[in-house]
Amino acid sequence: MELAAVRQAFERLGRGVNARILRLGFASRFLAYLLLHSGTALRRFRLTVREIYFAGVLSLVIILVSGLFVGMVLALQGYETLQRYGASESLGVLVALSLVRELGPVVAGLLFASRAGSAITAEIGLMKATEQLSAMEMMAVDPIARVVAPRFWGGVLSMPLLAALFSAMGIFGGYLVGVRLIGVDEGAFWSQMQAAVDLREDILNGVIKSVVFGFAVAWIAVFEGYDAPPTAEGVSGATTRTVVMSSLAILALDFMLTAFMFTGGNR
Amino acid sequence: MNRSAIDLWVGVFVAAGLAALLFLALKVGNLATFTDTQAYQVQARFANIGGLKVRAPVKSAGVVVGRVAEIRFDNESYEAIVSMNLGAAYQFPRDTTAKILTSGLLGEQYIGLEAGGDGVMLKSGDRLRLTQSAVVLENLISQFLFNKAAEGKEAAKEPGKEPGKEQK
Repeated sequence: MELAAVRQAFERLGRGVNARILRLGFASRFLAYLLLHSGTALRRFRLTVREIYFAGVLSLVIILVSGLFVGMVLALQGYETLQRYGASESLGVLVALSLVRELGPVVAGLLFASRAGSAITAEIGLMKATEQLSAMEMMAVDPIARVVAPRFWGGVLSMPLLAALFSAMGIFGGYLVGVRLIGVDEGAFWSQMQAAVDLREDILNGVIKSVVFGFAVAWIAVFEGYDAPPTAEGVSGATTRTVVMSSLAILALDFMLTAFMFTGGNR
Repeated sequence: MNRSAIDLWVGVFVAAGLAALLFLALKVGNLATFTDTQAYQVQARFANIGGLKVRAPVKSAGVVVGRVAEIRFDNESYEAIVSMNLGAAYQFPRDTTAKILTSGLLGEQYIGLEAGGDGVMLKSGDRLRLTQSAVVLENLISQFLFNKAAEGKEAAKEPGKEPGKEQK
């Protein structure tokens, strides 16, 4: 009897693993198909521009406000620690490096996943539930090329711009608190920052990170929407999964990218 | 929302994003201060480079004139070979001295160049012959301690007799 229970547990485990691997395979096939059929989205660029509006422009407020506050908090907390060692002039370096290397891409990515990724999933999922996608197929319009690809590329293109805006806004917030409020020397704030932040090593790597995160979030969002069970419950579950999976993907990818970028360069 | 309004907003968004990138590159990063597009490379050998790292600044009279491009280990002479890119605008005589210095007490290490008096200027691929290695704190401390110990022995021998006599 115990043996049967153990066997059942193993069977359940196996089914779970199988289902996940199957889903991963389907997601990869979906991505390949999506990339091969994104000609329409890029040729009729207006379709993509519309999605950049929904994914990028409408996320601007939350990105800019959060960036400002993250920068201000960084400056406050950093100053507390730095002034103990008499290094409060390095505040600019601390704020800029943490934003450009890590916080800009990661936090902007997390916000983007919850603000735009969930919206993309819900939209595509609902289109599927109301059989709009099947209707398109009936009219010999490929829903992946016409509906999914523009949303995917809109997300991929918006994300780096949002991350750059987040970092710039955060540095501005750090400047406001550090220089205007606390009174760190303005010249030292900017010059030490410029001496420490490297264009290729820091800024370009940050942009690469944000492109990778944008790709991952957009992929997860459109796939979850397309794969959602066509019911109200299914769509809501898919939306939740998008946010959870994208957040985990961003954090895991961030660890891997950081390991590649910032520890290998120290020859 | 009609089409042209969407286009307008997306245009504003893309322009703002690119402006943010430009701000990061120019105001936050060091694009404006040093570009190694026009640079020439010289090499120097050091017995010990301490904590010198690739991309560390090369300074002369405190001004950044270049950056360290590569650090290698020479298997035959057991020395470190440091290649540095110097800005083409900065010309140095051939007998320039390269020293590894530290900015501040705990700061990062950089290469300091001191110009010599030779009339011939350095070219790309040249080697700086006069170098001075990094100061290793442990060696300095052990030297200091040995000196102290030696002084202590001498002091124990020599004044040990004289004050002894005076006391008697």
